[in-house]
Amino acid sequence: MKFNIPIGPQHPALKEPISLRMTVEGEVIRDVDIRLGYNHRGLEKLAEERSWVQNIYLTERICGICSHSHTTCYVQGVEKLMEIEPPKRGNYIRYLVSELERIHSHLLWLGVAGHEAGFDSFFMYTWRDREVVMDLLEMISGNRVHYAINTIGGVRRDLDEGLVKKILDGIQVLRARSEYYFKIGANEPTFVGRLAGVGFLSKQQAIDLCAVGPTTRASGVAIDIRKDDPHAVYDEVPFDVCTADSCDVLGRTVVRIKELMESYKICEFLLKNLPAGDIAVKAPKKAKPNEVVSRYEAPRGENIHYIKSNGTEKPERLKVRAPTLANYPATVEMLKNGFIADIPLIFAAIDPCVCCAERTVEIVNARSGEEKVLRFSQLRALAAARYKNSPVQRNAVWPF
Amino acid sequence: MAVLKPILYLVVYPGLLFLFVYSTFCEWFDRKVYARLQNRMGPTHTGRWGLLQPVADFFKLMSKEDVVPDKADKTLFTLLPIVGLAIVTTAGLLLPLWSVSETGFAQVSFSGDIIVLLYLLSLPTLIFFLAGWSSTNAFSEIGGTRVLTMLFGYEVPLFMAVLSPAILANSWRMAEIAQFYRAKPLLILPNLLGFVIALICVQAKLERTPFDIPHAETEIVGGTFTEYSGKKLAFFRLMTDIELVVSSGLIAVVFLGGFPGGVGLGLVFFIIKTLFVIFLLSLIRAMTSRIRVDQVVSFSWKYLAPLAVLQLLIVILIKGLLL
Repeated sequence: MKFNIPIGPQHPALKEPISLRMTVEGEVIRDVDIRLGYNHRGLEKLAEERSWVQNIYLTERICGICSHSHTTCYVQGVEKLMEIEPPKRGNYIRYLVSELERIHSHLLWLGVAGHEAGFDSFFMYTWRDREVVMDLLEMISGNRVHYAINTIGGVRRDLDEGLVKKILDGIQVLRARSEYYFKIGANEPTFVGRLAGVGFLSKQQAIDLCAVGPTTRASGVAIDIRKDDPHAVYDEVPFDVCTADSCDVLGRTVVRIKELMESYKICEFLLKNLPAGDIAVKAPKKAKPNEVVSRYEAPRGENIHYIKSNGTEKPERLKVRAPTLANYPATVEMLKNGFIADIPLIFAAIDPCVCCAERTVEIVNARSGEEKVLRFSQLRALAAARYKNSPVQRNAVWPF
Repeated sequence: MAVLKPILYLVVYPGLLFLFVYSTFCEWFDRKVYARLQNRMGPTHTGRWGLLQPVADFFKLMSKEDVVPDKADKTLFTLLPIVGLAIVTTAGLLLPLWSVSETGFAQVSFSGDIIVLLYLLSLPTLIFFLAGWSSTNAFSEIGGTRVLTMLFGYEVPLFMAVLSPAILANSWRMAEIAQFYRAKPLLILPNLLGFVIALICVQAKLERTPFDIPHAETEIVGGTFTEYSGKKLAFFRLMTDIELVVSSGLIAVVFLGGFPGGVGLGLVFFIIKTLFVIFLLSLIRAMTSRIRVDQVVSFSWKYLAPLAVLQLLIVILIKGLLL
């Protein structure tokens, strides 16, 4: 007997609204339908109406977890457009924060994975230790979530000796804890039993479906923007691209824990080789007409910003391709023929950030499949017509 | 007096009132241990050390809106929590707690009461299944089928593990089994394997991690209880708490020598021994992650059931050679 179960738009496993419609046969998933568009915020349009500097703070709010990734990606592009180069010290601090953010994001993900697998103790432990890195970020930037440390042409805050020492100490603590998590993640039988073999994505599929980040690396494809397209500090820093060849959720967990270790290494290198000098250069108000694509390895995978300038102090177009969006096609493949019990794990394993990925809304008629683009005024007229005389609905039903 | 005693027995001790108070205390204990193992505080605010938190939760749920789905079978949907609570409370009465009569046995003690208790502890599973099924919600139905699927896994090993000490003691009467092991404490040792198996099976029966599959919130929302709210949910929660007390009591009687020494001392032993069992259960809960329902069944039949058979063999050998 086949029947549909809706996961989302509201569901305990999802922290953000997205709709996964599963066709299941007993406990086995036969078909998956992903529906987006519950969290569209019109960020790209907003960006066209703000100046280059104001947009830093806007792009920061694309995501709460990889806030620094989006600003860095944006700022990298704008610096290219304005033909300026941040000073070396500024770059070091910028990418130090990047790596600290990767650490906090991966620790957060580990906790979420534990929670989705019903391993709440693991969740509590990783999130407790995540506080260490959150505190470090607060000491560096003054903020825990939106660090606001990037500016066009460098960073806004400098590090002093005392702070460098504190960060190094914090990293020591985190490294010891991460080794412990590696031990648990790879040895606790119930946990490994839940993760191993779940959400299989072969190497070829990962390449074909253009998956990014740890999802791809866990399928044995060594892609990492930091290595493939070394920018700023990454050609000076020694680090390895972490891969796993098990192609499942366990592999994704292992890759993330290994990346934590690499990030600690990078942070230590950056701190120990911190050059002297300025942290920022003065940026011009306007950028020459040009276009640029900026790539950045966010904790979740490759983040792409396309920026077009027209010579004014505002961008003409800013297009954001968040890593989560690139991973959706692969997620559908991973979910097929899995168990209901594995839905949250597989979906969480791409580290989804739903609102990052929500860019445009297309109206699709669910009955006829017809697609069209509507203006806001038309949408309002539609809504008014729909609800004009209808009573308050008690039981919502899907439109088919 | 002849009338008063059964009434006291049913209503006060070890009946409804005692079971309510003690089961909420056990829930607090379980939550506190679980929280401390996870580096959290656990309940702190309601009452001293948060002791009254489960009671507060219960009364708060009682006062909440009670929604019954339109398509649900209303009679069944309403009756199930009440029947379930009645079943586990009845099971609680069977524990050999109040040993004041001349024979030294509990009020309701008879030959074969261990079988009745096991039977009464099996019924809640059926209640959970029916609850999920009568809710007519996709999540509840999946939860309901998971309840039954799990039952096929853990029930047989549980019966074998719990009954093998009874075979060694040569009695189907819990009070006698406990007395036998109190007389020969060394014979508790051969049953250690059975003790571990019974602990794991009880964990599965109570649907706690790693066996909280029927109501895995990240997968199927509330599972069997998705549609339950208000008083009915409160009853179900109380039912699970009492089930926890009764099953840990059963393990304490069968494997740990019961509760000797009359009303007062017996109660002390009861509390110490059940809390010890609950502590072990909380430990399992904190140390493991949820497994899949197919893994439960294969684990039970690959490991638990053969080990339970081994336990039976050990018992039979000891009985044949030593006694």
